Amino acid sequence: MNRIDQRFQDLKAEGKTAFIPYITAGDPTLAQTEKIVYALEEAGADIIEFGVPFSDPIGDGPVNQEAALRALKHHVTLKDVIGLIKKIRAKSEVAILIFTYYNPVLAYGLEAFAKDAAEAGADGVLCVDLPPEEADGYKAALDTNDLRTVFLMSPTSTDARIKLIAEKSTGFIYYVSRLGVTGEQAALAADLDKAVANIQQHTDTPVAVGFGISTPEQAKKVASMAQGVVVGSAIVRMIGELGDSDETAPNVGAFVKSLVDATKG
Amino acid sequence: MTKFAPSSTTQKHLWPDEHGRYGEFGGKFVPETLMYALDELETAYKEAQADPTFTAELDALRKNYVGRETPLYFASRLTEHLGGAKVYFKREDLAHTGAHKINNALGQCLLAKRMGKKRIIAETGAGQHGVATATACALLGLDCVVYMGAEDIERQKLNVFRMRLLGSEVVSVKSGSKTLKDAINDALRDWVTTVGDSHYVLGTVHGPHPFPMICRDFQSVIGKEARRQILDAEGRLPNTLIACVGGGSNAIGLFYEFVGDEDVAMIGVEAGGRAITPGEHAARFDGGHYGMLHGAISYVLQDDAGQIGSTHSVSAGLDYASVGPEHAYFHKSGRVKYTHASDEAALAAFQTCSKLEGIIPALESSHAIAHAIEVVPTMAKDDIVIVNMSGRGDKDVTQAARLIMPDEEI
Repeated sequence: MNRIDQRFQDLKAEGKTAFIPYITAGDPTLAQTEKIVYALEEAGADIIEFGVPFSDPIGDGPVNQEAALRALKHHVTLKDVIGLIKKIRAKSEVAILIFTYYNPVLAYGLEAFAKDAAEAGADGVLCVDLPPEEADGYKAALDTNDLRTVFLMSPTSTDARIKLIAEKSTGFIYYVSRLGVTGEQAALAADLDKAVANIQQHTDTPVAVGFGISTPEQAKKVASMAQGVVVGSAIVRMIGELGDSDETAPNVGAFVKSLVDATKG
Repeated sequence: MTKFAPSSTTQKHLWPDEHGRYGEFGGKFVPETLMYALDELETAYKEAQADPTFTAELDALRKNYVGRETPLYFASRLTEHLGGAKVYFKREDLAHTGAHKINNALGQCLLAKRMGKKRIIAETGAGQHGVATATACALLGLDCVVYMGAEDIERQKLNVFRMRLLGSEVVSVKSGSKTLKDAINDALRDWVTTVGDSHYVLGTVHGPHPFPMICRDFQSVIGKEARRQILDAEGRLPNTLIACVGGGSNAIGLFYEFVGDEDVAMIGVEAGGRAITPGEHAARFDGGHYGMLHGAISYVLQDDAGQIGSTHSVSAGLDYASVGPEHAYFHKSGRVKYTHASDEAALAAFQTCSKLEGIIPALESSHAIAHAIEVVPTMAKDDIVIVNMSGRGDKDVTQAARLIMPDEEI
């Protein structure tokens, strides 16, 4: 069974919520990313989002932009990210979602990308700037290779769009909790619970909530509404501050442990 | 004169299709949050187009505020100098704010006002689109925020002052290469955050559908006038149209009305920069590959891994890694031929045009003139060429002076 599906199935049986950390692959180095992944798994992360560094990340706030630039300084490519997943797969069974912009995937070639990512041991892909309307070829390639296709939903998605996105999403649906780009926020969106409940009326696919969640308190609150909690920028900022050091992975692991504990209650 | 009936509409209205595609190019590649806004914009645009009050208001502003129609001017001394085809200039440089950019900015701001949007976002490279949008916002009483790369701000200080004078906020973009591409990134990030009350006035025929279509339609007034004017002046259609291509709005604006006129050749001139090697030019049809940047599939300057390439041109308005999807379609279909002019050729054309015609062209437009200087001498004396003088060069004189007279103090 696909590891993302397996994870959500197990968590459902346990009555628990998935914790999904986001990191930028190759920030500060691919070797450090590998260590961080093991620390995240150890801390109890259920699915790890691997951000593919891109030169023009229009969906990201400053923290993730800078992380991408740091990775691009040593020319980390989508191919490198797939290579890293392969390496990690030799030691770990943690579910991995590739989080990318569309152009690197196009440059790689849709079929070749899906095949190589699946062979390396990835479990799914989220493409930030690819709405389901444009995703026929992409989805066909991913489906063929048993990779899950996670699409974004947002507060501006109409009921018709919610239906469309739910139809095309496998694994889980990523709900963007507020208007804007990735980044930490002091407060959660006011009507988040209603928005998530509305999506759940349309689909049985698990819903994970991301954008703007950074503290254990926020994670705990979101965990009571959705099947998954995504935290990105707060972790990425920490990695950026610690840099390429022996302290990085343990420290990130400890922070993520606090988020996992809050999420799992 | 049935031969000169209105331009054939058969090919014209084929594209975009309902998915915003021009053949395999174009489309709508944006984060989910913006999908609703693009649908809303398309619906509002279609309603506005069908509403005689909207078109009448736009027509009146074009006439009384922008100063349309702009002249089609016979450049007799340049024609004599080149010794080939007759050269005409379509004088978009005489439009209010000094470039064709006002055609799109005014149309879109009027549309935004009709949609009840109170705040306008725009990106700008050289500052022409920013100034045009700031102008339209001042006219219509809308708030305006213009994103501009920190490097471009340094290169175009006067335009920054103009925008502020017109009441706009200018935000300095310090991410990435600090130029147009990064300004678009930040404009999109703003729009994704403020989409409820803001409209993004994209300045060229690029971006996600419906932007390339809307911008093309507002700019196509250029070709509609030019076609009528050349028939009045010469009693026949031109042999060749020449326009520079950055995103490609002035070129589409001139070309579109002539697309169905099969005997009219069209040439788009990209920025050849210092050389056609990565990072030294912005000739997407020479060094670019199939890709997606800023919402549309087109030709994109990029590396093997799909990272967007850096670009160079003496002209900030042509200095961009991708090109409008309809141009990509015309390139592939062969309807328009694309070539490039180097920085050096553009600077030479800038001087030749100034001396012979008393018209200082924008460095962008100078690329089109440079190509005319190359091909006109090879054409017959009764052939006709129309060059789109897309903007005036006043904004460029400081930079040009530094390049032409490096030893003088400016």
